[in-house]
Amino acid sequence: MSATVGSSNQRPATDQGAGERPGALTERQELPIAKAINAGLRAAMSADEHVVLLGEDIGPLGGVFRVTDGLQREFGSARVIDTPLAEAGIVGSAIGLAMAGYRPVVEIQFDGFVFPAINQIVTQLAKLTSRQAGAQPVPVVIRLPYGGHIGAVEHHQESPEAYFAHTAGLRVVAPSNAHDAYWMMQQAIRSDDPVIFFEPKAKYWQKGEVDPLALAAPLHRTTVVRSGTDCTVVGFGAMVTTLLQAAEIAASEGTTLEVIDLRSLSPIDYDPIVASVEKTGRLVVAQEAPGNASLGSEIAATLAERAFYSLQAPPLRVSGFDVPFPPAKLEGVYLPDADRVLEAVDRALQY
Amino acid sequence: MRLRYTGDVTEMTSFGVEMVDPEPIRFLDDEGHYAPSGTAQEFADELERVTLDELCQWYVDMSTVRAFDTECTHLQRQGQLALWAPSVGQEGCQVGIAHAAQADDHIFPTYREHTVAHVRGVDFVDIAKQFRGVHHGGWDVTDPANGNCRLYTLVLGAQTQHASGFALGQVLDAKREAGNTQLAPGEPGTPTGVATIAFYGDGTSSQGDVSESMVFAASYQTPLLQVVQNNNWAISVPVTRQSRTPLYRRALGFGIRAVQVDGNDPLAGYAVARRFLAAARAGEGPGCIEALTYRMGAHTTSDDPTRYRVDEEVESWRRRDPIVRFERYLRERGVDDDFFAATAAQADASAKRAREGILALPDPDPASMFEHVYSEPHEAIDAQREWLLDYEASFEASFGTEGGAA
Repeated sequence: MSATVGSSNQRPATDQGAGERPGALTERQELPIAKAINAGLRAAMSADEHVVLLGEDIGPLGGVFRVTDGLQREFGSARVIDTPLAEAGIVGSAIGLAMAGYRPVVEIQFDGFVFPAINQIVTQLAKLTSRQAGAQPVPVVIRLPYGGHIGAVEHHQESPEAYFAHTAGLRVVAPSNAHDAYWMMQQAIRSDDPVIFFEPKAKYWQKGEVDPLALAAPLHRTTVVRSGTDCTVVGFGAMVTTLLQAAEIAASEGTTLEVIDLRSLSPIDYDPIVASVEKTGRLVVAQEAPGNASLGSEIAATLAERAFYSLQAPPLRVSGFDVPFPPAKLEGVYLPDADRVLEAVDRALQY
Repeated sequence: MRLRYTGDVTEMTSFGVEMVDPEPIRFLDDEGHYAPSGTAQEFADELERVTLDELCQWYVDMSTVRAFDTECTHLQRQGQLALWAPSVGQEGCQVGIAHAAQADDHIFPTYREHTVAHVRGVDFVDIAKQFRGVHHGGWDVTDPANGNCRLYTLVLGAQTQHASGFALGQVLDAKREAGNTQLAPGEPGTPTGVATIAFYGDGTSSQGDVSESMVFAASYQTPLLQVVQNNNWAISVPVTRQSRTPLYRRALGFGIRAVQVDGNDPLAGYAVARRFLAAARAGEGPGCIEALTYRMGAHTTSDDPTRYRVDEEVESWRRRDPIVRFERYLRERGVDDDFFAATAAQADASAKRAREGILALPDPDPASMFEHVYSEPHEAIDAQREWLLDYEASFEASFGTEGGAA
C-alpha cells in the first residue's frame, strides 16, 4: 500500500498512537519539502483543534507556493482562514487568537513582506510572555518562505533571520530537508513560545525521505549532516544543500568538510559546532544574508570564545554582500555558492 | 451647547457628498440636567434597568479613580513613580462603557484606562507597578479577579489588533460549538454571546494598526467594540492634525456601525455601549464609539500642556467635568450630601491605601528578568541568569556578606 499525503480522499490511518488522523502520513516516503510541511500542518491540525492557519491566499489557492494545498478543503474555512491583505493585521490577530486559547500558524507570503508586521512581532509577540509574567503562553508560529535562487522581484528573495534571532522572546528555526520540515513544523506548533519558521523556498520542491514514525531531533538541536576532519562548515536551510555540494567537491580534491545543519537559529545549539571545531580547527559559516551583524557574526564570535585554543584559523564568514538584495539577474553573483564556500575553506586551510 | 471638534471638521470634508454629523449622543447637558439629545432617544431604553444604586456606584468609581490618579501624579512629583499618565477628565465615558460590559467580555486598554481597569477589578497598586518601574505589566490577565482586562499597551494601536484577533477567537469558539467549520467571505456574523472591547485615543486613530483591526473586524464580523476616546490632544498635537473627518466616520467607512457620544456623560457611553455590545454578541458585527472628551491634565507627568493649549479651552472643559456633572444629576435624582461626603472620604482612604501599597512595592529581584522570557525552558537564558548570580555573588565573596569590608 502506498503511503498517503496531500489528499483528503484517503482512508483514515493511524500513526504512532496519535489516533485516527485523516490524510496523515503513515509510512516512509519521498516528499518535496513543501508537501512535507503540508503534512506536518495536517498532522498538527488533526492532533489539536485549536491549531488554525491564517494568511493571504492560503485557502482555495493553497498559498502561492501551495504549502497549504488541500487543508482548507479538509479542515474548513474556519480553520484555514484567508485573511485581508495586511501583515500586521495577520500577526496582530494571531496574537489575539493565542490570547483566546488558539495556536495560530501564520503564513507570510514572502520574506520581504514580514516587515509590515515587524512591530507586532518585535514589540508584542516577542515581549508578551515576559509582560504577562508567563501567565499565558503565546504559541504563535510565523511561517516565512525565505531566501533567493528563485529569480524573483524585489522583496521576494531575502534572508531576514538576524532581526528575529536578535529579538528576545522569539524562537527561530529553519529546516533544510523534508524529514525535518515535517517534524519541525509540528514541534514548532506544539511549542508554547512564538516560533519564526524559516522555510527554504528555493528547496520547496527538493525531495527527501520523510519518516512519520521516526521523530526528528529536538527542535533546537543542531546536527552534523556530513562528517569530515579538515574544516567545519555551518549553514541552515537552503545553504545546507550548497554546503553538501561543496563538501562533495572538496572530497574529490582530498579535503573533508564537516557539514553542520544549524536547524535552530535562536537559540543556537553551540555544543555540536564547538565539538566539530575542536576536531577540525577551522570554521566557515555560510549564509545568504548580508554578513554585517549577522547570524554568522554571532557564531564566529562565539566560536572564537569557546574554541579559541582549537582554532587553526580565524572563523570565516561567507555571506551575501552588504547591499540590498540585487535584481534577479545578479542573484547568482550575490548569493554564496559552493565555489564561494570553497574559497573560504581554502583561505582557512592556508593559515 | 453643541460639542464640537477644535476645528470645524465637517465643513472641510464634505466634498459635495451629503453627510451631516448627527448631534453627539448625550443624556445629560453640561450642567448635569437630564436632557437627552434627539440622537439619544433610540438608546434611552438601555437606561431603564439601571438602578440609582448602580449609578451611585459609577460615581464612587469615578471619584475613587480621580483620587488615585491625583495621588499618582503626586507620587511622580515626589520621585516615587518614574512617570504617570493621568486620566483626569476621561472618567465619564470609561465608567459608563466599563459597566456596560458583561463579566465574560474581554477588554483591551491602552494606558490611560484607569477607570476601566478599576471597574473590571484590577488593583490600583497593580496599575501603578509599571509606572513605579517594577514591572512591564502588573497584573495576572488570567486571574478572574482582574475581569478579563488585558495589560496596558504602550505601542499605541497594537492592542486593537489583539482585540480584533481575540474577537475572531470568540467567533471560532462559537462556530466550533455549533459544529460549523466554515467562515466564508461575506457571510453574516456569528452569534457569540460574548464580546471584546478595544480602547484607543484620537492620536492612535492614525496608526495603521487601528485601520487594520477594523478591516479584520468587519471582514469576519467579529464581536468587537472599538472605543476611541477623542480627548482632543495627542500629547501636543490637536485632533485636527490627525483627521480631517470626525473619527467615527472612519469606522463607517469600514462598514462598522459608529456614533459619536458625549464622552463626559456616563449615561451616553453606557447606553450606546450596551446596544452595540448586544448587537456584537448577537452576531450583528462590530461597532465603534467615538467618545468626545478632554484630557484635563497633562499627557503624562513629563508633559507641559501650557506650551500648546490655552487656558480658556481647558476651562471650558473643566465646566463639563464628568464627575461634577454626574454629581449634579445624582442630586437631582435625590442623592443627598451624606452620600457625597462618604464617597469623598472613601476615595481619599482608597488613594491613601494605594499610596502605601505603591511605596511598599519591593524592587524586583535581578534574576526575575530571566524568568518569563520564554514559556518553555531556554538554556541560554538560564546560563545568563546563572552568570549574573555568580557575578553578583563574587562581590559578596570579595567584600564579605556582613558588610565587614574595610
